[in-house]
Amino acid sequence: MEIVNKPYAKAFEDFAKDKEEILCISADLDSSCEIDGFRDRYPHKFISMGMAEQNMMSFSGGLGLAGFRPFIHSFGVFTYRRPYDQLVASIAYPRRKARIMGFLPGITTPGGMTHQAIEDISVMRTLPNMTVIETGDATEVESICEVADSIDGPVYCRMLRGSVPRLFKTPLQIGKLRTLSEGKDILVFTSGICTEEAIRARSALKKFGISIKHIHVSTLKPINEELFLSLISEAKSGIISMENHLVNGGLGSIVSDIISKYGIGKKLIKLGLQDTYAHGGSKGYLSRYYNLDALALIKSIENLTNTKTNIQEVDLNEARIEDVHSLSKAEAL
Amino acid sequence: MKNKKTNHEVAKGIRKRVFEHCIKNNGGYLSQACSAAEQLAWLYNDILNLGDSTQPMIPEEFSGVPSKDNQNYITGAGYNGPFESNYDRLIIAPAHYALVAYATLIEVGRMAPEALDMFNKDGSSVEMIGAEHSPGMEVHNGTLGVGLSTGAGLAMGRKIKKETGEVCVFMSDGELQEGQVWEALQTCVHHKIDNLWAIVDVNEQQVNGAMKDVMDIGDIANKIESFGAIVTEIDGHNFDELKKAKKINHKDKPLIILAKTSPYQGMEYLKTRFPKLHYVRFKSEEERINMNNEISTELGISPIEY
Ligand SMILES: Cc1ncc(C[n+]2csc(CCOP(=O)(O)OP(=O)(O)O)c2C)c(N)n1
Ligand SMILES: [Mg+2]
Repeated sequence: MEIVNKPYAKAFEDFAKDKEEILCISADLDSSCEIDGFRDRYPHKFISMGMAEQNMMSFSGGLGLAGFRPFIHSFGVFTYRRPYDQLVASIAYPRRKARIMGFLPGITTPGGMTHQAIEDISVMRTLPNMTVIETGDATEVESICEVADSIDGPVYCRMLRGSVPRLFKTPLQIGKLRTLSEGKDILVFTSGICTEEAIRARSALKKFGISIKHIHVSTLKPINEELFLSLISEAKSGIISMENHLVNGGLGSIVSDIISKYGIGKKLIKLGLQDTYAHGGSKGYLSRYYNLDALALIKSIENLTNTKTNIQEVDLNEARIEDVHSLSKAEAL
Repeated sequence: MKNKKTNHEVAKGIRKRVFEHCIKNNGGYLSQACSAAEQLAWLYNDILNLGDSTQPMIPEEFSGVPSKDNQNYITGAGYNGPFESNYDRLIIAPAHYALVAYATLIEVGRMAPEALDMFNKDGSSVEMIGAEHSPGMEVHNGTLGVGLSTGAGLAMGRKIKKETGEVCVFMSDGELQEGQVWEALQTCVHHKIDNLWAIVDVNEQQVNGAMKDVMDIGDIANKIESFGAIVTEIDGHNFDELKKAKKINHKDKPLIILAKTSPYQGMEYLKTRFPKLHYVRFKSEEERINMNNEISTELGISPIEY
């Protein structure tokens, strides 16, 4: 698998450097959000806000009033937890064209509760006027600026950074679903880093004759209900959603809303954080601890299909283990 | 807690342990040990009235987040002694200083040296960003700027309950960019919360570099004073000045000590990287070897083996 080094750094620079109305907003996490190069090369398009997120949100709203489209960069949590009120009043309500780039989604950081954005999708999705996109590979990160900037209103993007695997060949398209495997038994929806995990699980499951329809979701709002509906209607033994997020308010809730709205009598297993906070640890450890890895998906599939595969961790393609320190990250977060 | 070591010895030990850790782990929050070693040494070894630790020398593993199903949940505050009415309480607000705080706990005999080997290890409570279940921590402060408010509320509560112990908040200067800190100050002044004092590590740096370039906070002594608090500016590496500062009468008002520090104090070699010192790491093995040799010489120890 190709691993791309800091895809956002280059993508943002290429996209933003010549666009007059785009400004790069910094929250004292430049190298962590891969905008340090842009800052150094395009200082006139760069605005340093320091560590003051509430002010940053309303300030960005003001830039929007002046006709600019600010790209706001921070860790995801810091873009909505403290400045939630500002986010609503200054950005979401008036439909400012703010492009919020939130890094370190869910359990991708050992920074613990205060650094892990585990309810960002649910918070952002419930805000009227907000668009929500989650990147799942390097290609999606590379295409995010174009997509985000095409939105007529504010958008929250859940971003991957550092060493990012390339899973897809085609750019992210708003509202489109990606079909990664065909199958009739089980329908699996994944988003973000969970897609890579599900791909690992699928290759191990192949020999057991369980056919899986695997769908990658990157647009979490707005939802194209018809696309979901036709997939859900065809699933034979059940549906599984898998997300690097709380199971409430994110992908699992999206699927379950559609199931209930259209009165479809099908079972749904929601993998994700089950109404709990996480704590600090490596991505591999946390995804095992909170049942967010390939093995957890396999167990759910066994459960829905009433089969026993006895697949163990060793049977899975070796998981990608990221170094605590690498040249692609500014720190160990 | 009777101190066996001098403040100087504790501060030196903190720098040594954090340095050793950073070399072994290929990076870490090293400059915070340089700027804050004296402050934390003084707090734990000298000025705070803390009881003996109630926690094991080797920290327990992480035992789950707070929830109704996890009734045995404990915070790391027991490392600072029991919650008795006469004892002081310490809030370490910038949670990325955790490594420095852990080194301090070891130096003052509240935690075993082996505990640092558990730092940022899966399943460990000795987390990289101090969590409230991490040794020495009582609340989650990884989201910067909340510590002073928590300390103020705790102090007010203790006042109402007529507890004699004080509340101390250790802060970083980056936190002063957050509006919440100023809201906390205004509350302390309004409610005459004078059993609270804070010490701010004014190392003039934040993640992106020098604070004056990232977001200048200007004359903070003046600003804090005009909020109505008692403020004093001192050399944060000088124990006599620290002691004198704490003696200032601040009846009916909070006391804020601005400890002016250098993020490369005791490790001049780091100056070559100033002001990009928030997180020190090595881009090559050569850099690591050079830093190991240069700084170990400054600290008077042999190069760290890793
Ligand atoms: C609310 C919040 N915003 C952003 C961050 C990310 N962050 C961690 S440390 C830091 C810089 C804070 O400045 P300071 O503590 O003075 O840094 P130091 O002196 O240790 O370099 C930032 C922006 C955070 N932890 N919390
Ligand atoms: Mg600082």
